[in-house]
Amino acid sequence: MQRVLPGFGLTLGLTLLYWSLIVFLPVAALVVRAAGIPWEQIVRTMTDPRVLAALGLSFGGAALAAGLDTMFGLLVAWALVRYRFPGRRLLDAMIDLPFALPTAVSGIALTSLYGPNGWIGRWLEPLGIHVAYSRLGVVIALMFIGLPFVVRTLQPALEDLDPELEEAAASLGAGRWATWQRVILPTLRPALLTGFTLAFARAVGEYGTIVFISGNLPMKTEIAPFLIVVKLEQYDYAGAAAIAVVMLAVALLVLTAIHRLQTSYSFLRG
Amino acid sequence: MSIEVRHMSKTFGRFRVLRDVSLRVETGELVALLGPSGSGKTTLLRIIAGLEQPDAGSGPILFHDEDVADQRVGDRRVGFVFQHYALFRHMTVFENVAFGLRVRPRRLRPSPRQIREKVEQLLHLVQLDFLADRYPHQLSGGQRQRVALARALAMEPKVLLLDEPFGSLDAKVRQELRGWLRRLHDEIRLTSVFVTHDQEEALELADRVVVMNEGRIEQIGSPDEVFHQPKTEFVISFLGQVNRFHGRLERGKVHFASLQWETPEWEQAEACPAHVFIRPHDLQVAASSNGQPALSACVQHIHSAGPKVRLELATDGGQKLLAEITQEQYRTEPLTVGSRVFLTPQNIKVFPYPSDST
Ligand SMILES: Nc1ncnc2c1ncn2[C@@H]1O[C@H](COP(=O)(O)OP(=O)(O)O)[C@@H](O)[C@H]1O
Repeated sequence: MQRVLPGFGLTLGLTLLYWSLIVFLPVAALVVRAAGIPWEQIVRTMTDPRVLAALGLSFGGAALAAGLDTMFGLLVAWALVRYRFPGRRLLDAMIDLPFALPTAVSGIALTSLYGPNGWIGRWLEPLGIHVAYSRLGVVIALMFIGLPFVVRTLQPALEDLDPELEEAAASLGAGRWATWQRVILPTLRPALLTGFTLAFARAVGEYGTIVFISGNLPMKTEIAPFLIVVKLEQYDYAGAAAIAVVMLAVALLVLTAIHRLQTSYSFLRG
Repeated sequence: MSIEVRHMSKTFGRFRVLRDVSLRVETGELVALLGPSGSGKTTLLRIIAGLEQPDAGSGPILFHDEDVADQRVGDRRVGFVFQHYALFRHMTVFENVAFGLRVRPRRLRPSPRQIREKVEQLLHLVQLDFLADRYPHQLSGGQRQRVALARALAMEPKVLLLDEPFGSLDAKVRQELRGWLRRLHDEIRLTSVFVTHDQEEALELADRVVVMNEGRIEQIGSPDEVFHQPKTEFVISFLGQVNRFHGRLERGKVHFASLQWETPEWEQAEACPAHVFIRPHDLQVAASSNGQPALSACVQHIHSAGPKVRLELATDGGQKLLAEITQEQYRTEPLTVGSRVFLTPQNIKVFPYPSDST
């Protein structure tokens, strides 16, 4: 077939070049670096309870936060797309704020909000809810940075969602719940999944926002990226690389799984 | 199941889309709502379905003489076919059709086997059995339309409402589906209302045609009635092309252009101005005068590709006219662009109007 736009070869070449320079080389360097580490040391690092706890918190917290973001993000996107209310445009503009703020600023802001003397923390503390220096704080920080990904992914999908679909479902006798569950959610599933993936990926790698609010207590609120920094500061390059490679492997696994799930919805195109 | 709406009005913002519309559709009828875009047809259809709320103060919506105005769309049991089909794209054709059965409350829900049988039977009815496992985006427009129809029929609706059912299809498919829908209706005899802006479609398909304009009903009647006995100027102008003259009605005769015509039906009317309408095929065209009074005009364009030959003409006064002659006449008469012809009306329609309007 004759393409309208020429240059498939050129495009592919440039794509591969950029991808190699910007993504592949650093990752490869990391793997090469880790490959030089004695096997026992990797095993030792990986069985270290402190490392396991940090990895667990990073991935578990990211999954939880991304999941919650997906739910709230759907709500926010729905409100922004479907309703007209005063302040809608302002709210819409504010969604991107977590994108734009330096992560350290977000971290400090969250800490001063949720800290024991913070605006919100002050009221939660007597109820026995400790946000700062707890895992809850980590999840809240991760939700904060992940939300825009979900909202921005869902907005176009919701705008595409024809209200006639809901009317059709209603005219066929479906109640509100059945319409949501059988028509709207399945139609949005690819976008929900993409939003979740982006929020999750961002949260796994997040560092700046969390270190202030979490207090970095080993075995409790310490995240894997922080632990890597700790190891580097102790000149334990091998240990740092070992954790990094594990993170890379798990992240790859999760992203591939989601991608495969995504392509199984290919019928939604067209 | 008959449908009746009385004194229906609908306002969007400050815009009055329906103005006091009353309509009754008898059991088993196939009725067309015909009118130009924006005349309120779809809104009326959606109000009948329960997808739109009429203004407060509107009359009842009766299904089989029972008021359903307070029932929600899901409870009215109307099969609604949307203009753009609104198929569920994550479901196969089979699942789309089964949807209305699957979402029934548990005690009313048929067994999986009954659902399967019902869906297969419907897909057979719309001649799509072989596509049961496809997804909507793998179908042609005409096939999607039929899936939408099968889906609406699956819930065993009491009435069927179709919004521009052939609106987004190409001419050939439209023609096929039209005949098919008529046969289907003759077979299942479900009270049906469809919206269209295509007069040919309405006249060909419907038992009765409701002509709408600016939120009002202009005329209700059989296709033959609305075509041959139009009650208003709008109806005659909307149903096909027509030539209009300014004339004057006096003592049972109408005078227009250089002609006069007996109008016994207006015998009693006081002298007043009137509009005279003549359809293109009611203008007899002759290349030479036979001595009878006739309009003289000059041929400007000839469209001969078609079952009839259409002539665009201009009178000496500069008025544009349309006439239609048979292919036979075109072959035997010496007509070319620039020819002078003589026109004698065979049939006219007169609408007097008060002198202060036009
Ligand atoms: N939901 C709505 N909000 C505002 N205006 C509407 C809405 N639905 C229809 N209208 C207006 O009402 C008029 C009649 O629409 P409709 O019933 O769709 O006419 P038709 O089907 O004859 O083309 C149109 O001018 C349209 O713009």
